[in-house]
Amino acid sequence: MSNKTLYDKLWDSHLVREDEHGTGLIYIDRHLIHEVTSPQAFEGLRLAGRRPWRVDSILAVPDHNVPTTRRSEGIADPVSRIQVETLDQNCTDLGITEFLMNDPRQGIVHVIGPEQGATLPGMTVVCGDSHTSTHGAFGALAFGIGTSDVEHVLATQCLIMKKSQNLEIRVDGQLVPGVSAKDVVLAIIGKTGTAGGTGCSIEFTGPVMQGLSMEGRMTVCNMAIEAGARAGMVAVDDTTVNYLANRPYAPTGELWDRAVASWQQLHSDPDAVFERTVTLDASTLKPQVTWGTSPEMVIPVDGVIPDPDNEPDSIKQEGMRKALAYMDLKPGTAVTDIRPDHVFIGSCTNARIEDLRAAASAVRGRKVARNIKQALVVPGSGLVKRQAEAEGLDDIFKSAGFEWREPGCSMCLAMNADRLEPGDRCASTSNRNFEGRQGRGGRTHLVSPAMAAVAAVTGHFSDIRKEQD
Amino acid sequence: MEKFDKHSGLVVPLDRHNVDTDAIIPKQFLKSIKRSGFGPHLFDEWRYHDHGEPGMDDTQRKKNPDFVLNHPRYEGANILLARHNFGCGSSREHAVWALLDHGIRVILAPSFADIFFSNCFKNGVLPIVLDEDTIDRLFTDVDATHGYQMTVDLPAQQIHLHDGEILNFDVDPFRKDCHIRGLDDIGLTLEHSAEIRGFEEKHRHKAPWLFDVTN
Ligand code: SF4
Repeated sequence: MSNKTLYDKLWDSHLVREDEHGTGLIYIDRHLIHEVTSPQAFEGLRLAGRRPWRVDSILAVPDHNVPTTRRSEGIADPVSRIQVETLDQNCTDLGITEFLMNDPRQGIVHVIGPEQGATLPGMTVVCGDSHTSTHGAFGALAFGIGTSDVEHVLATQCLIMKKSQNLEIRVDGQLVPGVSAKDVVLAIIGKTGTAGGTGCSIEFTGPVMQGLSMEGRMTVCNMAIEAGARAGMVAVDDTTVNYLANRPYAPTGELWDRAVASWQQLHSDPDAVFERTVTLDASTLKPQVTWGTSPEMVIPVDGVIPDPDNEPDSIKQEGMRKALAYMDLKPGTAVTDIRPDHVFIGSCTNARIEDLRAAASAVRGRKVARNIKQALVVPGSGLVKRQAEAEGLDDIFKSAGFEWREPGCSMCLAMNADRLEPGDRCASTSNRNFEGRQGRGGRTHLVSPAMAAVAAVTGHFSDIRKEQD
Repeated sequence: MEKFDKHSGLVVPLDRHNVDTDAIIPKQFLKSIKRSGFGPHLFDEWRYHDHGEPGMDDTQRKKNPDFVLNHPRYEGANILLARHNFGCGSSREHAVWALLDHGIRVILAPSFADIFFSNCFKNGVLPIVLDEDTIDRLFTDVDATHGYQMTVDLPAQQIHLHDGEILNFDVDPFRKDCHIRGLDDIGLTLEHSAEIRGFEEKHRHKAPWLFDVTN
């Protein structure tokens, strides 16, 4: 009788060898590449006189540095331009498939992989980017790697690693309208802390996860890294299979049938043993808003900013004080009294079609409030953008006063021209609220797409549940 | 990778939890296509008063005198004493390159973020996990002692503290061996090429849809 977790199964089916200390050599099926973490890996490969092991496993796309306006004019910043050109050149030289900046399929690497069916259940997926955990939503083992490991995978198709522990996060109950996958994952991080998953692979289970769409599951797995885990995953079910049918890179015909049959095994066995299980009851969950400079500093929208004086741990207390000073917030302030001046709807966490639909429905027929200096919508990919335009979502956003941009990472990390200025406060659908993440001195509040949208039209954080009837 | 055997040096304390990779090396410096030159921008936003951009003359910039790396007493430090969950956030190896370029070869903390921890080993930086109480005590001692030095002996897995006390630490045997010999893990893995090919054939047979993807 098998009693393996999903992670155990994925590990075992990719283990090439194991040494006497239990260090494994793991075979990699899909290697995603972007411009920021790959140039030094390609250079290393070249200097050592090596070639990529399996070019057909690689898919490349520029996303972090690309401009989100006037793209036909190219990249104005010369340093960014060289980085993107270096990626283009490396891919051309080695025969690697790349979606170029002006290709309609271009987008954030973690949005386009699944969208193309280039991420499949049962795969090992890596990318030089921590949010690779996103792809685990498909019952894949997906995790971020550093540049030396990018080079290692290019050269050997494998990675040297130790098996991690199994952590189950079970989300019970049922979500109320207005509460989304983003609120679930923020609440989980609030509960476990940003180091709660260190050394673990997380499997998200329970009725709420089963009820989420693939987009929602990707949002949750995306932020597994913010809970400290390298990988997050969800078992395969009909939702997974239906999402993948007819995607460009997905198998077809007889191969599709065989693939689907094999994917049915991709769940934890009933007797599987997790080292740890954390549960969350989603029925009482409220929309979440982060108040500090770490994703674990999160409270419900009807809450007030916590007081460091009530924190017994002196180091945590000091961290809270620093965060409050940076965020320019006072203990006791109601979340709904906080007024952002920027709204950013985008990133690999929340820039898929469902996210844009949720945001658009909160905006429909309303105007961006006067205190909002800038409200941006940056679709996750060119195909998401096209789909949104076909549904008329762009018109809803534009007539409300939002800017409708070209796809890319944009203000999630502000490597391109989209960024906050010192002191700016932003309601953002991205995944990190670290100091300076969206621009030096910028203040980030992480929220769901609907919560960001409603903040834009009301001018302060508002409870989306009250905005709906 | 540079070999790592014994390492002695001055210790600098960074008393903050959850120091993230964005803080270690801000994103504007990730646009470089090189591995070197990140040292002057290590902790850029904390180290300088102005906003740093690639290509700036850093000697002309106004330093933040309150930031610990700018304190004269820690000049030339090459061992970093840190807190819980050091290196959290992104996978950027640039964070380790910046520390290394600045001269840091050892980091002591109660815990590290996973990807950062593994990136250290690829670059000849040794991350050492010590229990919270020991780290606390080191913070107190380093603060109280000007010129606090220690020696890290990797083969013996020992740290010789300033006052002569010896601490033991754990390290994964495979990583230890690579570190001491300065081995490139790609070369090591390629010694198993035949085994990888063998695995790949079986894998292709079981899951052919993962191979030769046409698009
Ligand atoms: S959208 Fe943000 S988190 Fe996602 S890959 Fe881009 S920069 Fe990283």
